[in-house]
Amino acid sequence: MNEYELVIGMEIHVELKTKSGMFCACKNDQSLDKKPNIYTCPVCLGLPGALPVPNKTAIDWTIMLGLALGSEIAEVSKFDRKHYFYPDLPKGYQISQYDMPLCVGGFVDTSFGKVRLHRIHLEEDTGTLKHTLLDGKRVSLVDFNRSGTPLVEIVTEPDIHSSEQAKEFLKTLHQIVRFVGISDADMEKGSMRLEPNISVRRKGATEMPKYKVEVKNINSFKFAAAAIEYEFNRHVAILEKGEIPVQETRGWNEDKNATVSQRVKEGAADYRYFPEPDIPPLRFTKEYIETLRAALPKLADEVKSDVMSAHGLNEYQGKMLVENTIKLTKFQTIVSLPSIQRANVSGPTIANWIINKDIDPSSSENQIADQIIASQTIVVVSDDDLMKAIVEVMEANPKAVADFKAGKEPVKMFLFGNVIRELKGKGDKERVVALLEEKLAA
Amino acid sequence: MKGSLLSIDDIKKIAKLANIPISEKQSEELIKQVGVTVAYVSKLQELPTDGVIETSQVTGLENVMREDVVDESRMFSQVEALKNATHTHNGFFVVDAVLEASE
Amino acid sequence: MLYWRQVNKNLLDLSILELAKRLQDKSITSVELVDESYERMEASESVIHAAITIRDKKEALALAKKADETRTAHSSPLHGMPYVVKDGYVTKDLRTTAASKVLDTFMSPYNATVIEKLEAKGAILIGKMNMDAWGHGASTENTDYPVTKNPWDITRSAGGSGGGPAAAIALRYVPFAIGEDTGGSIRLPAAWCGITSLKVTYGRVSRYGAIAYASSLDTVGPTAKTAEDCAVVLEAIAGVDPKDATSSPHAVDDYANGMTKSLTGKRIAFPTEYYKEGLDTEIKAAIFKAREQFVSLGAVVEDVSMPLLEFGVPVYYILAPSETSSNLGRYDGVRYGNGRELFTKETSRRVMTGTYALSSGYYDAYYKKAQKARTVFIKNYASILSKYDAILAPVTTVPATKFGALLEDPVANMMMDVYNVTVNIVGVPSLALPCGFTKDGLPMGMQLIGNMHGEKTLISLGSAYQSATDWHTKTPQGVTI
Repeated sequence: MNEYELVIGMEIHVELKTKSGMFCACKNDQSLDKKPNIYTCPVCLGLPGALPVPNKTAIDWTIMLGLALGSEIAEVSKFDRKHYFYPDLPKGYQISQYDMPLCVGGFVDTSFGKVRLHRIHLEEDTGTLKHTLLDGKRVSLVDFNRSGTPLVEIVTEPDIHSSEQAKEFLKTLHQIVRFVGISDADMEKGSMRLEPNISVRRKGATEMPKYKVEVKNINSFKFAAAAIEYEFNRHVAILEKGEIPVQETRGWNEDKNATVSQRVKEGAADYRYFPEPDIPPLRFTKEYIETLRAALPKLADEVKSDVMSAHGLNEYQGKMLVENTIKLTKFQTIVSLPSIQRANVSGPTIANWIINKDIDPSSSENQIADQIIASQTIVVVSDDDLMKAIVEVMEANPKAVADFKAGKEPVKMFLFGNVIRELKGKGDKERVVALLEEKLAA
Repeated sequence: MKGSLLSIDDIKKIAKLANIPISEKQSEELIKQVGVTVAYVSKLQELPTDGVIETSQVTGLENVMREDVVDESRMFSQVEALKNATHTHNGFFVVDAVLEASE
Repeated sequence: MLYWRQVNKNLLDLSILELAKRLQDKSITSVELVDESYERMEASESVIHAAITIRDKKEALALAKKADETRTAHSSPLHGMPYVVKDGYVTKDLRTTAASKVLDTFMSPYNATVIEKLEAKGAILIGKMNMDAWGHGASTENTDYPVTKNPWDITRSAGGSGGGPAAAIALRYVPFAIGEDTGGSIRLPAAWCGITSLKVTYGRVSRYGAIAYASSLDTVGPTAKTAEDCAVVLEAIAGVDPKDATSSPHAVDDYANGMTKSLTGKRIAFPTEYYKEGLDTEIKAAIFKAREQFVSLGAVVEDVSMPLLEFGVPVYYILAPSETSSNLGRYDGVRYGNGRELFTKETSRRVMTGTYALSSGYYDAYYKKAQKARTVFIKNYASILSKYDAILAPVTTVPATKFGALLEDPVANMMMDVYNVTVNIVGVPSLALPCGFTKDGLPMGMQLIGNMHGEKTLISLGSAYQSATDWHTKTPQGVTI
């Protein structure tokens, strides 16, 4: 086992939460329980004579995702037709991107090493197929609601070498996608889908393995890791026999906790790509790309440091809040409520409450605040104790004090944060500021 | 490409890619017809195009896009969407069971 | 030989503007006009088969009555005017077949933009006309419906792919029709039926709702008795459409204001390679005579060299089949229509040729090469049209062919388009107009090819020619049975 290593490239599809379709003005409703075929039009139903017109927001968002991931944005890009026949593909081709994608390169950092991106491109989603028995005959039921939804495809280089790295990569990518604000990226609801391409080689080998196995039907990060582990063992067993695993597509089976063979690929499919004649090419100036970059929301790491220093939180608290945008929003709202400020409840106290307690989703922020306040025994911290903490912090950070005295005003915030941490969040903050300023001026 | 005629295997492969069901007899007719066409258009190889960039769009247009707005007037009701289909069931289109995409 | 009943009314011989004037001053009504349309169709259709679907007469007359009631001083000249379209445009009121059994009963839930525009102007759609299925053909013989006969000689083709609309205009069923031109489909039938038609600049008229043949070549245009009539219709249908990303934002000119009798200052190019062997001697003589006519109207006509003609057909027969193989992929019978086994032999041939040209290993040599050749043609045309207002060219090598002549020979079929296809490849407009008759009484046509968005100039040239000649006034004569 230890002589082998995994070589994994990941293909991720993310459904954008635009208001309308990629090439049509149909409602992009991503809720699950809705009637079939209620959001169609000539374009996404593939009727004779219909024509596609691209959604500017979908294009902008794809570029913003590329910027957030460090990709190069194409100066000129276009759409291409990708041909194959399947009942959920109304035109008999998918409008996608072939040789001039919107974004090239980029990367996602993991604690196991960088995972480089090959490309990011934009395309339209297909309809959905449901298999069933009708009048004793096996049929497929087709629903085109999803047809035409904007879909971003992210392809990595084969830089992933373990199931842990895969999981970390996916979680980080997921977080970034959510922070850019372009998709809910919910794996259970299907707005984020992933397909690992897995192969195994001897450790230390540098050439790419001569085969790869694609795994579909994975709907959680946990299952992604499990599928990868299963494949690793399966491939190693075959390689040990001196054979090469069959190049094929397999499906993850939750119940069996295993992958199952679906289809053997006889060579590459011939998609007969050619440039989409119905859509003129796209050209982006440097100025335009910079306006998109400026519009990028702050990313996870920046948000985390901001919230930690502003409220005296520790690394764990910062990380937990930032990983869950709902919790983060609740925290930010509650911490600034007048009732909380009057009661002098500390940031860390509120953070712990939100992180650890099972909060009733129907409670309002005010109600939650009241609960927190009620649970606190108000401790008044004396000026002497406040001053003790201030002196300790100043003695532990001589450089910061010197910087402040040299005129660097912002350093005061840093010292303040440390004092609050020292006080474990207790104490009248305004009083702390006043005493700190007094001491610094002395 | 040389102007050689295509084989019956070539024709069958193309017909499968094109998703056109053809009989054995049709295959034979098409060998000649498609083969003759391909041979004729291969004449284009005589036109020098070194260093020439392809034209995919004669309009010269770029960046033609639409704002992210829903237009309900263009959307179909479920009834309208299904009205031309031969086989429907509970709001779905129905096809014989398919397993994999025939690429 | 079977001929058709003479029709006793002649309103539909009048120009659109004249009809519009009489409708405005109430000397005639839309009801009378529509009534005459139906009388003409009833007199001829059992022989000619120009139409695939005709609107119920009572329905049409009701629409005409409504038009008469709602007409104001500001109404469009097309208000209350009956018209027909090639059956490649989707319409909510009448079925759309594209002349193929694959779509035999298709009732579109939406209207093509060109139909919406004409409806908004008050025009009345009364027929969906015959064509080569999916636009694949030059003779309307590739239809799954009874073949359209040429009204001038019913043993001959009316041309294609828009034979139906052309025959309809030749027989004056209606004042105008909307056709479609991808590789000559509006011009060739016009030449064979003795009428006028306009292949517009690519993108001039919205393609939304036009069943796609070759997306980068398809154009939507008017066909009628004269250049002036075409101009009036063009003003009503041209313009950018947010539903068609390739439609042109170029302003809509006042095309009908380009009528002139003098061509002083106009320069016409005469490509000598186009008039060599292979061109019927009578057609050649007729166009040479037309050249003299243009000179006598004041234009300068000069010989030029355009040697790439022989490569036009190969480029077209790579691009068009490739794009059609893609565009026809949606007809899988799931959401509408019937099975793909119903495609005709000709259509199957084109789809398979296109699939081959796009397939892995062949894409570079065929499709990509054709797209490069396209650039060469664009430069070539631009160099000529930078010095001339138009190029005078034949439309076809021969007049209307006998039925069956083109069906079994793929190369002969393709060569019919030799003068027409490069116009589509480059995207420039062309006006096809009648220029004489053969000694057997068959119409002959010629075309004036212009600059991108040069429709107004072409109409000027065409209307001047038509003010000095009367070919366009002739109609096939029926015999009372």
